Amino acid sequence: MSSLSLSHAWKIHLQETWSEWLKLTRMPMFVLPTLLFPWMFYLFFGVMFGRGAGNAEYLMVSYGTFGVIGPALFGFGVGVASDRQQGLLQLKRVLPMPMSAYFIAKIGISLMFSIVILLGLATIAVLFGGVRLGLTQWISLFAILLVGTLPFCAMGVFIGIRSNAQSAPAVINLLYLPMAFLSGLWIPIFILPAILQKIAVIFPAYHLAQLAFSVLDKHQGQSLMGHLLVLLLFTAVFLMLAGFGWRALRDR
Amino acid sequence: MSQQQHLQQVSTPATGSLLAEVTGVSHAFDKLKALNGVDLQVKAGQVLAILGPNGAGKTTLINMLLGIYTPDAGQIHLFGQTPGDLSVRQRIGVMLQQAELAETLKVRELIRQFATYYQNPLSQQQLLQMAGLEDKADTRYGKLSGGEKRRVQFAIALAGEPDILFLDEPTTGLDVQARRSLWANIKNYAERGAGIILTTHYLEEADALADQIMVLDHGRIVAAGTPSQIKQRVSLKQVHCRTGIPVEQLHLHPLIEKVEVEKHASHSDDKLTQCTLLTHQAEGLLRDLLQTDSDLTDLQVTGAGLEEAFLALTENNPTTDNREQAA
Repeated sequence: MSSLSLSHAWKIHLQETWSEWLKLTRMPMFVLPTLLFPWMFYLFFGVMFGRGAGNAEYLMVSYGTFGVIGPALFGFGVGVASDRQQGLLQLKRVLPMPMSAYFIAKIGISLMFSIVILLGLATIAVLFGGVRLGLTQWISLFAILLVGTLPFCAMGVFIGIRSNAQSAPAVINLLYLPMAFLSGLWIPIFILPAILQKIAVIFPAYHLAQLAFSVLDKHQGQSLMGHLLVLLLFTAVFLMLAGFGWRALRDR
Repeated sequence: MSQQQHLQQVSTPATGSLLAEVTGVSHAFDKLKALNGVDLQVKAGQVLAILGPNGAGKTTLINMLLGIYTPDAGQIHLFGQTPGDLSVRQRIGVMLQQAELAETLKVRELIRQFATYYQNPLSQQQLLQMAGLEDKADTRYGKLSGGEKRRVQFAIALAGEPDILFLDEPTTGLDVQARRSLWANIKNYAERGAGIILTTHYLEEADALADQIMVLDHGRIVAAGTPSQIKQRVSLKQVHCRTGIPVEQLHLHPLIEKVEVEKHASHSDDKLTQCTLLTHQAEGLLRDLLQTDSDLTDLQVTGAGLEEAFLALTENNPTTDNREQAA
């Protein structure tokens, strides 16, 4: 039968990702906040008002975590909501495009933005913060933070299915910003009141940050396997919820 | 073997071969009947218009043909296969009623993106030309007019040189000029021998494009036929009056298709019959009635009270006026 050949499938995935990249990079409302917020915050709090390289190093990781969550939540949340509302999702579903291309494209873009954010932070850290890490540390940090965006992609899909294009940004900000603060991404977790430190464990961002801090050996000392399990569980739950929502969309 | 399959996909199906077949399809949403016993057939080279007012079930039917919903009852086959299969999707083109494309992408980029989905797409240049978009290739979708946006959606629908083209209300919301120029593009593609299934609530559009019209109302097919047959039914007028002419004589009148008596003449108080006459030639009939019947009174001419669908579709159509009054 005329099932998709591997080379054709590859071409479609690549094209879809490229189109998504072109589409988003031409939207200043997406690009500017996504890139500038983590860079600016880091420049102000990590470098200009920071106290030395240790601080700059610590905050590079926390703003890095903050940074990579943004494109995952917004790219998927707002993207899926508006594609759905505009009927584009429906159209793509009836065309001979494998649905995987739709998701791979969005994951790809979220990763590309994350890489740009991390490279920017690393540049600021090295040039102005005096941060020096070993090659393995850099690689592990990037790897953890990039793979760590996946739970937030799943959360984004769920939000995108559940909310419309107008309300999705607000819903995401209401989750994203308090979660970032309470997970210790803006202000180090150990400075927060004890009660908030205890609450932090309910947020996936906290667990991702702890895994990233472990590269500097600056995590809170809980089990790394525990953080990983929480993130996996979180991903599974949101994928399942998103899957239900997705099927409901289809059958409606 | 693989070469043979390849050939099958590239070649246009022979004229007259059955492309789409719907038999006895019924479907309900939340116990609300959306489609009720619908049958249709589309052969290669045929343009079928599904005509009906909003909420008639047109989009539901299209969505079933596209495999988005599975009907509660009945069968749908495209190329003898189940709608929604990848091999079926490779051979269709789709223009949905509401599908906005990415505003920040240029026309050329959108066409390239969607053409990639197909194994044997038409070239970008061909598609731009077939949709009349040559001078808009480098314009962003968001900067286009409503008519131009529709053209991009049309170009995308043609990308795989489809054997069946689905157009769900292709010109809704367009001005007359934009509508006519899109019609020309649709007609051009129809000449290539594909099957086209389009929905519309304009009789004029169905007439301009289709060789078969199916009128859908409340999920049921209320009329089907060629455009001239359908137009004839819509042109039927009702003449309401009270007349002194005996009913038997009215039945024999050559211009009257049907006589519906509302109130018979009685010898005591009223010597006139109150009735409704159906005719294709209201003017001629009126002339005749007024000449022969000096008692004629309460005269009123309205569009045919056929199915509500007919009224609705003619009301929605700015070019046909179905209500004329005479005294």
